[in-house]
Amino acid sequence: MAMDPQTIETMIKEALPDATVRIDDLRGDGDHYAAYVVSSAFKGKSRVQQHQMVYAALKGRMGNELHALALQTSAE
Amino acid sequence: MSDNPVFKQIEHEIGSNQVVLFMKGTPAFPQCGFSAAVVQVLNHLDVTFKGIDILADPSLRQGVKEFSQWPTIPQLYVKGEFIGGCDIIREMFSTGELVEMFQSKGVPVAATA
Repeated sequence: MAMDPQTIETMIKEALPDATVRIDDLRGDGDHYAAYVVSSAFKGKSRVQQHQMVYAALKGRMGNELHALALQTSAE
Repeated sequence: MSDNPVFKQIEHEIGSNQVVLFMKGTPAFPQCGFSAAVVQVLNHLDVTFKGIDILADPSLRQGVKEFSQWPTIPQLYVKGEFIGGCDIIREMFSTGELVEMFQSKGVPVAATA
């Protein structure tokens, strides 16, 4: 099962409204994505915490429907 | 939750081994590109680690995700602390932070990356 990039972006922005999100479809197969997420909510958080915030935004889809999402996060 | 027997098993593993990688497959035969990438980084840095194949144990596979509050495999633990998954390890490796982290925790690591 795959997810379309618009859904991924929408879910991240619902949880992190100020986020700038870029999604790349790495293989053009709708199943392997890279996401770059910039949000002020990440300030003062460790990388692990930042990624956990994005995973939380995806509400359990990461690791299930969403097999591969290479994640890069930044506070600015 | 804390009386989940799998959590005890995980606590035991990360408590009795300096560096533990929960992965798909074994260090010699990784079954997933993300696990393979982390194994490659650790081997490159000459870091001794214990690889634990979560594919061999479905309860561990689910348990470690809950334990770490992290939805994906691989997961790297150093001295009992969750360091991250594949993306974080690769990013830390490329910035040099990974070597610094190992050194600060007293884990032997190849000096030059």
